[in-house]
Amino acid sequence: MIIAERKPLAEIIEMVQDCKKILVLACRGCVTVCSAGGEREAEILASLIRLGLKKAGKKAEVFDTSLVRQCDREYIDAIDQFKGKYDAIVSTACGVGVNFIANLRPDDNVFPALNTTFFGGSAEQGVWSEQCAGCGDCVLHLTGGLCPVARCAKSLMNGPCGGSVDGRCEIHPDVDCVWQMIYDRMGRLDRQQEMAQSAPIRDWSTAGHGGPRKQVREDLTV
Amino acid sequence: MSFTPDIRLFSCHYTSQQSCADEGKELSELGFPANIKMTRVVCTGKLEEVTLLKAFEDGADAVYVVGCPGDGCHNVKGSLRAAKRVQAGREALAELDVEPERAKMYHLPRGLHPEFVDAGREMNERIIKMGPSPF
Repeated sequence: MIIAERKPLAEIIEMVQDCKKILVLACRGCVTVCSAGGEREAEILASLIRLGLKKAGKKAEVFDTSLVRQCDREYIDAIDQFKGKYDAIVSTACGVGVNFIANLRPDDNVFPALNTTFFGGSAEQGVWSEQCAGCGDCVLHLTGGLCPVARCAKSLMNGPCGGSVDGRCEIHPDVDCVWQMIYDRMGRLDRQQEMAQSAPIRDWSTAGHGGPRKQVREDLTV
Repeated sequence: MSFTPDIRLFSCHYTSQQSCADEGKELSELGFPANIKMTRVVCTGKLEEVTLLKAFEDGADAVYVVGCPGDGCHNVKGSLRAAKRVQAGREALAELDVEPERAKMYHLPRGLHPEFVDAGREMNERIIKMGPSPF
């Protein structure tokens, strides 16, 4: 899922300091699961914006609601029920949600409440870690299912850098060296011989280096 | 300038049950500040961060929570969860450049102990010194 975290309050309050009616809009997708921008967090943020503006001597109405997702046109359309009730939307969705509102509601002010951080998972409550970089050319079949693009600090493709110590990354000593993990795992799977083959020079154009990416599925378009 | 602060207390049902005996008469006789408004909750773990924030929106000068000892909660981890939410509230207050000490968590044993009254007095004295809420 997409992982995100709330921006500093001062930054958010500065965005809306001149607004009189503010809609804090939660997303019930990924950001609910990672406790950054679901209904609970939007309710908290709405309260904090009210307190922050009040402290600054500003008067504003702030209310909160949620959409099923903010990354689909059909759900964005649900905003229209609040038309006229706000002069700015503070979206607690990931950056995709903010962009979608900006794309589909050209006359609405929309501000991001979150910093979108990475694609990750939660192996234990309250802790999320990056697992995928969305690079568009997956090599997990060659690496035992562990991603060197997302999980190696240097995104190396042909084994460790030589700087790891006791299986830990030299850049982040609290992080396991993913190439050590790949090596150990391939050994357990009796596939270590596959690692002797060099990975070819990588074409990074699929990773966003060639501009915004787009995917069209003709079988689904109507 | 002296003032009478508006202090909101959210207390665990078990921690405060004897404090409420005889409609709080005994509590009052022990010197528990009359300006503290107590709300009893089934478990402090049920409290949400937004409940504490809305108390400030409603005019509170300070908010505090009294729950079971961390290793002796009737609902196992309820008071530990409450402490996390109080901490989140304190951090949010700090972000708004407001004294985090306006929100506090106490872990106290069940029943009417002097500590329950002491906590109320401590909060009251602290907030009188601090002055009214900036909200």
